[in-house]
Amino acid sequence: MKNALTVSELTREIKKTLEDRFDSVVVVGEISNFKAHVSGHWYFTLKDTDAQISCTMWRGKNSYVFFTPQDGMKITITGKITVYPPRGNYQIDVNSMSPAGEGELQAAFEKLKKRLSDEGLFDAEFKKNIPSFPQKIGIVTASDGAAFRDMISVASRRYPLAEIVLYPSKVQGEGAAAEIAAGIKTLNQLPDIDVIIIGRGGGSLEDLWAFNEEIVAIAVFNSKIPVISAVGHEIDFTISDFAADLRAPTPSAAMELATPDKDKIFAFINEFSYNSTANICDIAGNYKDTLKRINNSYGFRSPFDLIRNKTQFLDNLIFRIQSSTDIFFSEKNNSLKLLTKIIENNDISTQLKKGFALVSQNGKIITRSLNYDKGTESTIRFFDGEIKIKL
Amino acid sequence: MTNMKKQKDTFEESLKRLQEISDLLESGTVGLEDSVTLYEEGIVLSKKCFKQLQDAELKITELKKQLEQ
Repeated sequence: MKNALTVSELTREIKKTLEDRFDSVVVVGEISNFKAHVSGHWYFTLKDTDAQISCTMWRGKNSYVFFTPQDGMKITITGKITVYPPRGNYQIDVNSMSPAGEGELQAAFEKLKKRLSDEGLFDAEFKKNIPSFPQKIGIVTASDGAAFRDMISVASRRYPLAEIVLYPSKVQGEGAAAEIAAGIKTLNQLPDIDVIIIGRGGGSLEDLWAFNEEIVAIAVFNSKIPVISAVGHEIDFTISDFAADLRAPTPSAAMELATPDKDKIFAFINEFSYNSTANICDIAGNYKDTLKRINNSYGFRSPFDLIRNKTQFLDNLIFRIQSSTDIFFSEKNNSLKLLTKIIENNDISTQLKKGFALVSQNGKIITRSLNYDKGTESTIRFFDGEIKIKL
Repeated sequence: MTNMKKQKDTFEESLKRLQEISDLLESGTVGLEDSVTLYEEGIVLSKKCFKQLQDAELKITELKKQLEQ
C-alpha cells in the first residue's frame, strides 16, 4: 500500500486538525477525580451522563480561580483541546473556570460545611472564650477596605487602650483564602495577640467565597488565639463563621464583641467613687455610734465612780494625817518650851551675875589652868563688861 | 514591649482590684482603719484608670505580608 501514514504522521494530522478546530471552547460539565498535584497543577475529568473528557489546568492559570473545585461541582470552563502524541489522547487545557451557577457554589458550601462538621471542626467543645480586656487585637482583612475602617472606628470609640495589629490580606478573588490563612498563622506566631478578627464587608457569594474555603476553616480551627469571624452582612454565613470561636454579623459588630465599652468603664469608676464614699461614711458613722454607746454605757461610767470613791477615801486619809501631825507638833512644842526654860535657867549671864568670870585667850574660853598661856593676852568677861590683861 | 504589656496589664487588674475594694467596703466586714486604707487605695486607682482610659489613643500596627513559598 502506497500513501500509508506512520502513526506519528497521523497523530500529527489529528493534532493539527483538533487543535485548529477547537482552539477556543467553552464547556459545561461536572468535575470528577479532581486532583491538585504538589507541583500546583490541577488534573480532573469533566463529564456529563454520556461522556467524559480529561482536563488539566496549569498552576499559573489555576491560581486565578477563586474557589477550590470539588468533585460533583458543575463548572463552566474555557480552554482549548490539546493532543498528547506519546499517549495518543486528547484533553482540555483549561484557561479559566467558574461555577456553572450560584447554586453550584451553594451546593459546594453545604457539602464542605457538612464534611467539616462531621470532622468536628465546628464542635462547641473547641470554642475558646473571647477575652474581656484585649491588649492586642489581630485583624486579617484588606487594609483599604471599609471593614477595616469600621473596626478601627469602633475600637477607638470603645477601647482606645487596645492596640490593633493588622495583617493586610486579599479578601476576595484568587489567592485570598491562602492569604487569610497565612494571616491567622502569622498572628499566632506573635507572642501577645489576645484575639483575632477575620472578615470583610458585604458582597456576592463569589466575593465572600474565600471565607468558605477549607484552608481558612482549618487555619481558624488550628488558631490558639480565639478567632471572631465577621464576613459580609447579618444574612451572610460562611464556613469560617462556623469554625470560628465566635461569629459576628458584621466587622463593626466583631470589634464590639472584642472590646469593652469605655463609657461603661467610666460609669463603673464613677459608681465606685460614689458607692465607696458612701460606704466609708457609713462605716465611720457606725463606728462613731458604737463609740458613743460605749461611752454612755454603765461599764464605761464605773471607772469614774471608782475614782470618786478613792478620792473620798484619800480625803479622809489626809484629814486623819493632818490631825495626827497637829497633835504631834503641839506635843513637841510643849517640850520645846520646857527645854527653853531649862536652858534659860542655865544661861551664862545668870552665872556671871553670881560673880563668876570667863577667861579667854584668842577667842577661846580657857576652862583648864593647863590651857592657859602666860605670854598671851587674856580677856576676862564679867557680867557687866570685859577687861584685857597681859601678865 | 513587655513593659507596655505590663503597664496595660494593670488596667484590667486595676479594675478587678476596684471591684474587690468595692465589695469589701460594701460587706462591712473590714475594720475602720483597713476600710480607710482600702478607700484611699480605691480612689487613687480609680483616678489613675480614668486618666489612662481618657488619654488613650488607639495604636495601629500593620504587619508585612508574608509571601507564601
